[in-house]
Amino acid sequence: MTDWTKTSRRSVLRGAAALAGTAAFPAPFVHAQERVTLRYLSTAVNQSPAIAEKASEDLGIDIEYIAVNTDEVPRRVITQPNSFDLVDSEYFSLPNLVPSGNMKGMDASRIDRVGDLASVIANGTVDGEKVGWDGTAPHEVLYLEGQEATSFASEPTEWITLIPTTYNADTLGIRPDLIDREITSWASLLDPDFAGRASILNIPSIGIMDAAMALEARGDLTYGDKGNMTREEIDATIAALIEAKRAGQFRAFWSNFQESVNLMASGEVVIQSMWSPAVTAVRTQGVPCIYQPLQEGYRAWASGFGLPRTIEGRKEDAAYEFINWFLSGWAGAHLSKQGYYPAVLGTAKEFMEPYEWAYWYEGAAAEQDILAPDGRLLEEAGAVRDGGSYEERMGAVACWNAVMDENQHMVRKWNEFIAA
Amino acid sequence: MTDATDTNAGVRPVRASAGRRGSGRAGTALAPYLQAAPMALVFLVFFVLPLAATIVVSFWQYTQYSIEPAFTAQNYGDVFYGCLADLPRLCTTFLTYLSTLKFCLIVWVTTLTIGFTVAYFLAFHVHTLKIQVICFLLCTIPFWTSIVIRMISWIPLLGRNGLVNQTLVGMGVIDTPLEELLYSDFAVILALTHLYTLFMVVPIFNSLMRIDRSLIEAARDAGAGGPQTLLHVILPLARPGILIGSIFVVTVVMGDFLTIGIMGGQQIASVGKVIQTQMQFLQFPLAAANAVILLAAVLVGVWALLKLVDIRKEL
Repeated sequence: MTDWTKTSRRSVLRGAAALAGTAAFPAPFVHAQERVTLRYLSTAVNQSPAIAEKASEDLGIDIEYIAVNTDEVPRRVITQPNSFDLVDSEYFSLPNLVPSGNMKGMDASRIDRVGDLASVIANGTVDGEKVGWDGTAPHEVLYLEGQEATSFASEPTEWITLIPTTYNADTLGIRPDLIDREITSWASLLDPDFAGRASILNIPSIGIMDAAMALEARGDLTYGDKGNMTREEIDATIAALIEAKRAGQFRAFWSNFQESVNLMASGEVVIQSMWSPAVTAVRTQGVPCIYQPLQEGYRAWASGFGLPRTIEGRKEDAAYEFINWFLSGWAGAHLSKQGYYPAVLGTAKEFMEPYEWAYWYEGAAAEQDILAPDGRLLEEAGAVRDGGSYEERMGAVACWNAVMDENQHMVRKWNEFIAA
Repeated sequence: MTDATDTNAGVRPVRASAGRRGSGRAGTALAPYLQAAPMALVFLVFFVLPLAATIVVSFWQYTQYSIEPAFTAQNYGDVFYGCLADLPRLCTTFLTYLSTLKFCLIVWVTTLTIGFTVAYFLAFHVHTLKIQVICFLLCTIPFWTSIVIRMISWIPLLGRNGLVNQTLVGMGVIDTPLEELLYSDFAVILALTHLYTLFMVVPIFNSLMRIDRSLIEAARDAGAGGPQTLLHVILPLARPGILIGSIFVVTVVMGDFLTIGIMGGQQIASVGKVIQTQMQFLQFPLAAANAVILLAAVLVGVWALLKLVDIRKEL
């Protein structure tokens, strides 16, 4: 019934478009084809209107953004796989998404620059050096056994789960004006000096990893894999967190981007887990805030394009076309200027000014003022990016955002922590 | 409330007479059912069905990416994980409910005190209807903005560098800012009281307005003082209003997680937040089991309140 309606409406539209086409250009070779609209599911942070506009201009493909929050992306993929054509999902969701059978492996031969994907995503190395693989490292979940497979391949195959859109390395944000000493370790998050002025995020899977970084740095615990803890490790981590909470270590917890910005900008909190764009947001309010590199390294995340199992025909072609365009540089440069890293570095470089590339990627002092893509002033000339060059930042990744095998136990213990 | 009772009263004779006649036209007998049908249908589709689905799903099994039909009490067992084994230490669920009950009780007392006072003033000290209406509208002004905005507007006031702390430090009352103003039990109670007092004012005001003024006069003539009149005449007559207001406040606070989350700095547990976290991790059956238990707890609370006052008789 539904199909019939759709077909009939579509054919009517096509007919109408053909008629209109004939009227406007009475040449016999004109073939009227309706524009394709791709429904693009992701978090709002990843949905730049400029990218949609540019894609529409360059490709004639319309992008319709479906904005949801971080937790809603996998939930949508699992419960409503027909409601989108393209998903921009975090790699750490894949161990849940792939077994559900709602995703379709992407044909590597249809991705033009599949050989140029950043090595940190493709094989977990930067400059040939292995980075930390704790948690769900993207290269471990990058390939499928077959297009319809519901398990990952250990070796590179023809079938890719997600093509990277953005990735980055997260660390602690601090207020240098309210802290009178050097912060060099994750252990400072649990330092009693900052009692009542620290915060972590109330997203259990990420919050517990930040806590683990701090506990390991303090020497309390050593983990086999921080991104996939055993029950004992989870229990010990939560017990330590409860102790810190009872001692009044935390001012508040945050669960979304804006809350973290407010906590920091208002001075309620001087040290907390933070996301890179949130640090930028605090700074644009004129409040000093540093995304502090730490000796133990970063907790990294990566996000990428995936296709739903149901996509086919023109839509599928358009999706590949859009992804290839996305990797061709303009979008990569656009994202780079917001502090993210793109899948293909070489093409992004072509679309950036040399001084921009030097600031964002090479750790050099800015030769001129650094502007955001929308023209806002981000940094004045002379500034250096927190954490330095791409190699210094991504090379120092210690672990990746993850979903643990003991997820259910972890969530239960986390709720215990909140209730304590 | 009054309207509902009146409609019932109007309907009953029709049905009774139709029944008596026995051979009354079908249309007349059906009329009340047809009149009730739209509301019943809305109730069925948007309340009964989702509730039934929640109860059914609470017995299902789940993995990290799927839920499967089953009939298992596992989820209920998980909700009360460690509750018996860990005694006398309280388990997460008991602690969470205890914390929620604590807020319920305190907020009930504060909203009742403030609500009753406001309603009393409106009913007995404001004499013209026009002024009463104006005052009433003034009370509703905060409701013109969203609940989240009303809540968040407390933050710049109560924060470490907020207006209250700045004023107090400026006046020399305190040396260092008070930390407990924000992200604390106090902040949660303040915000909940602010948000829900009107739910008390309205029904109590309604009850107070229906008190026959000659009763108060009679009490005074019989030698009762102000407090005695309040305690022995006005309060008992205001009971239905107090009860309805209490039901509103208790049910809303029991299910609240937004206010407790924002004003408590996410450091205070609430049942709603537990359910939300479980849904984020696709543990729908577990979340459903929690929801069913919360519903049962709220229903028991309402049932207990209804035991105190026979609301049908009093209205």
